[in-house]
Amino acid sequence: MMNQIVQGILLGGYYALIACGLSFMFSVMRIINLAHGSLAVLSAFALWLLASRFHISPFLGLAIVLPLMAVIGWALQRFLLERSARGGALLPILTTFGLAIVIDNVLFEQFGADTRSLAPFIGSLSYDSWEWPGSIYVGKLAVIIFVTAVVLLGGLQLFLTRTGLGRSIRATSEDPDTAGLVGVDARRANALAAAIAMVTVGLAGAFLGMRATFDPYAGATQLLFAFEAAVIGGAGSLWGTLVGGIVLALAQTLGAKVHPQGFLIGGHVAFLIVLFIRLYTSGLGLRGLLRFSTGKVS
Amino acid sequence: MSLLSVEDLVVRHGLLQAVRGVSFGIERGETLALVGANGAGKTTLLRAIAGAHQAASGRVVFDGADLSGVPSHERVRKGIALVPEGRRLFVQMTVEENLLLGRAAGRPGDWSVERVLETFPNLKLRRHAKAGHLSGGEQQATAIGRALMSNPDLLLLDEVSLGLSPLVVDRVYASLQGLISSGTTIILVEQDLNRALSVSNKVICMLEGRVALAGDSKNVSRDEVTKAYFGLHRKGAGGVPA
Repeated sequence: MMNQIVQGILLGGYYALIACGLSFMFSVMRIINLAHGSLAVLSAFALWLLASRFHISPFLGLAIVLPLMAVIGWALQRFLLERSARGGALLPILTTFGLAIVIDNVLFEQFGADTRSLAPFIGSLSYDSWEWPGSIYVGKLAVIIFVTAVVLLGGLQLFLTRTGLGRSIRATSEDPDTAGLVGVDARRANALAAAIAMVTVGLAGAFLGMRATFDPYAGATQLLFAFEAAVIGGAGSLWGTLVGGIVLALAQTLGAKVHPQGFLIGGHVAFLIVLFIRLYTSGLGLRGLLRFSTGKVS
Repeated sequence: MSLLSVEDLVVRHGLLQAVRGVSFGIERGETLALVGANGAGKTTLLRAIAGAHQAASGRVVFDGADLSGVPSHERVRKGIALVPEGRRLFVQMTVEENLLLGRAAGRPGDWSVERVLETFPNLKLRRHAKAGHLSGGEQQATAIGRALMSNPDLLLLDEVSLGLSPLVVDRVYASLQGLISSGTTIILVEQDLNRALSVSNKVICMLEGRVALAGDSKNVSRDEVTKAYFGLHRKGAGGVPA
């Protein structure tokens, strides 16, 4: 049992990593990026291409791919999301949904339906493990991913609270009009936030490729995990994202222990329970919640 | 040359014309009081100068530069700072973080967090408190301090006494008096006529989006302003040049 809990916590690091960018974009720009998973897969394919064609290790490849992801994030915000956001809250969701379809199909067109992995390019790291007391084996890669998630979340927290740019991003997320009146360029702050979010997506994509396999249509599953972790942890809260990732992973691990098919169901059940608790405690009450669940609340 | 020139400015909210052809000017170091009843267009005029509302026609010239089409954050960079009605603090941030945000425009100058805390001593012990947890007076002081942190050439103050107790208003105005003495150029929107006339060099009374009365505060009687306030006096009382 202790082994399952440890593995669950470590897996939670990966979920926190992939949810981090989704949560960050939502908290700053109030945009739910449905292309999030597809962009992570795009990053994984870029690293795979560098590794298979140019023999660049995926870790070194990050030095190329992460800046590219930042540029993609900046451009997406400036040329797509910013414009679609002027059309109301629904339009950016539909835009990112369309973007996900485009990315998935371009990847399919370029790489075909084969599944791929970055594991062959990182040597024994993909399967090496340490033995902890109590005959608990923890994968080295899983520990690296978890530590990366904690460092990333801590770094983002420090950036947001200790730097002028971070404060500008927080001010823009809280009240963009007033941010402008104190001298903050809200467009620049949003574009910067999108660039940062895409860097985290790129990192998550790299670890997705190292710890598992991926194909052009793997984005939807990653989006689902990111969404569930973000909602469980409280969308917009960085450390909450880590908690959300760990809760989701523990639920999946425990679900798998109950039944071989219970991995995904365990996570979905935990997500739904937290979602209903959040809706119930948000002041809807039981009656409101029932009306909400039957679609009678506008 | 005026520090700020507003020339035949028209601002609309949809079909409503909130500011109708307003013109005036303010020299460096002056304090202009903008008075008028609710809905007279004072706040809209101030926000249009700050760039929060786009003008339908007319122009705002600041330090010789036409500000037409210049966004609000650029106007802060040029030296215009607004203390908005209702303070509009970032409530999730601390007092210090709100003040530091005033530095976002990157204008050089003497204002620092320490100097703001010296100017508003009631904030000293609240430096690390969330802005949402402050009293009304503390919030107003933070909002003014945040604007000052951008080292503005022109400070726009919108209803600084709104919602505050008389004692707190006295404190805020005592601090403002210090700013005025130091030569800060201020446009002040105020409902309290006595206070407005006592701290300003010039006064403009607005009515239904237009200037109903404009003059030097010393030469304009409270009675004249009151008449203009209620639409009983529509003439200029002596030269606030455009």
